[in-house]
Amino acid sequence: MSEMRRVTAIKNGTVVDHIPSGNALMVIRMLRIDVSRSTPVSLVMNVPSDKVGRKDVLKIEDRELSQEELDRLALIAPAASIAIIRNHAVAEKLVVDLPSDLINIASCSFSNCITKNDREPLPQRLRVISQDPLEVRCYYCGKGQEISELIDNIL
Amino acid sequence: MGDLVTMDDLTNEEIDSVLVVAERLVPVARGDVHLPLLQGKVLANMFFENSTRTRMSFETAMKRLGGSVMNFSSIGTSVSKGETLFDTMQMIDGYADVAAIRHPRQGAAQYSADAVSIPILNAGDGAGNHPTQTMLDLLTIRQAHGSMEGLNVVLVGDLRYGRTVHSLSHALVRFGVSLTLVSPPSLRMPDEIVSDLRSHGAEVVETETLIEQIPNADVIYMTRIQKERFPDEDEYAKVAGIYKLSASDLTGAKKGMVVMHPLPRVDEIDPSVDSTDHAFYFQQAFNGVPTRMALLCRSLGVEVPEEVV
Ligand SMILES: [Zn+2]
Repeated sequence: MSEMRRVTAIKNGTVVDHIPSGNALMVIRMLRIDVSRSTPVSLVMNVPSDKVGRKDVLKIEDRELSQEELDRLALIAPAASIAIIRNHAVAEKLVVDLPSDLINIASCSFSNCITKNDREPLPQRLRVISQDPLEVRCYYCGKGQEISELIDNIL
Repeated sequence: MGDLVTMDDLTNEEIDSVLVVAERLVPVARGDVHLPLLQGKVLANMFFENSTRTRMSFETAMKRLGGSVMNFSSIGTSVSKGETLFDTMQMIDGYADVAAIRHPRQGAAQYSADAVSIPILNAGDGAGNHPTQTMLDLLTIRQAHGSMEGLNVVLVGDLRYGRTVHSLSHALVRFGVSLTLVSPPSLRMPDEIVSDLRSHGAEVVETETLIEQIPNADVIYMTRIQKERFPDEDEYAKVAGIYKLSASDLTGAKKGMVVMHPLPRVDEIDPSVDSTDHAFYFQQAFNGVPTRMALLCRSLGVEVPEEVV
């Protein structure tokens, strides 16, 4: 845990560790954290790590992320480890679970998909075909999705 | 559920049993036998884009089995005023027992199937799936060759945009067919599909020339190269009319080799082929009717008797 001391320890909140290097800002976006009005968020990037080479670490003060929120990270930080901190101590450890269907997490990137009409009321739904390597297809149109494009299409 | 959105909705055993039923229904499709299995049932033909052949084939199938048909066209209706597909399908859910949907957007059939409680048959969605076409193609190949295992099927023409050949090639490899893909470089089958086919253990050969493939072919499946697929005229002009079959090309073909085409044809198959034993494209077009009959019965949970007399 020594690497984590690069950022001030937090009293209460959530630490997201082992984010692939460079992806921390995307993690903030995927967690729908509005940094202009959120509780304090601290971020270290490019920390050496035994487990993943280089990694990013994110600390969010005074907010406990739910499993459902964390599962959104499956697309960009599937190996992230999460600690819920209460009164300076790790109260809970969580990992990201890749659901078999990503419902309303990102929209299909194919321009001729039926879901491109945003007045259509059914949810965006992407199907995880394989976890490693990550392969995701739109449930409706069947098109394979580039992960980089999905990140641009986060809802 | 009775939906048919993609060929993945059917196991190999289900495909077999639908084809057996379709074969049994051929005399009914021809009008030689009266078998009103679907009397009192209503099919909604939901065509959000024109496809007269497919629509008529569904309509004939339903009517030959004693059912009735509502034809919906999106032109000049609430859809052109901006109604969502979801809302249109809610209406039909209350009127019909089964719906066939044709839509310019990919994924529309799955979307509709999720939106309503009645079974949905995908009659073509964008460049996506067209499983009833695939099923009638399989029926035609079975009629010609009995089993599909080990056949060499040569797919010719627009393999890039042609959804018919995408869906068909996926189905064929499930039955142990080897594929020879003949197209100009600009119309090659997408890499992701080719690698998909190979990952199913299929032998796939890609080439640009048709003539030398003829002697080894069990099926030659011709497709039309469509002008509207091309961004500019010059690109189209380069490939238009490059693959043409005439009767004289077929002298070295195997005796049982069949030529297929989803029709309409332009100049891919010369009329001289029509009178050869190889011409199967008109039988293929007719097969749309018994195939869709069998699929309508499956969707509606109606058993077709073993003996159709
Ligand atoms: Zn899609």
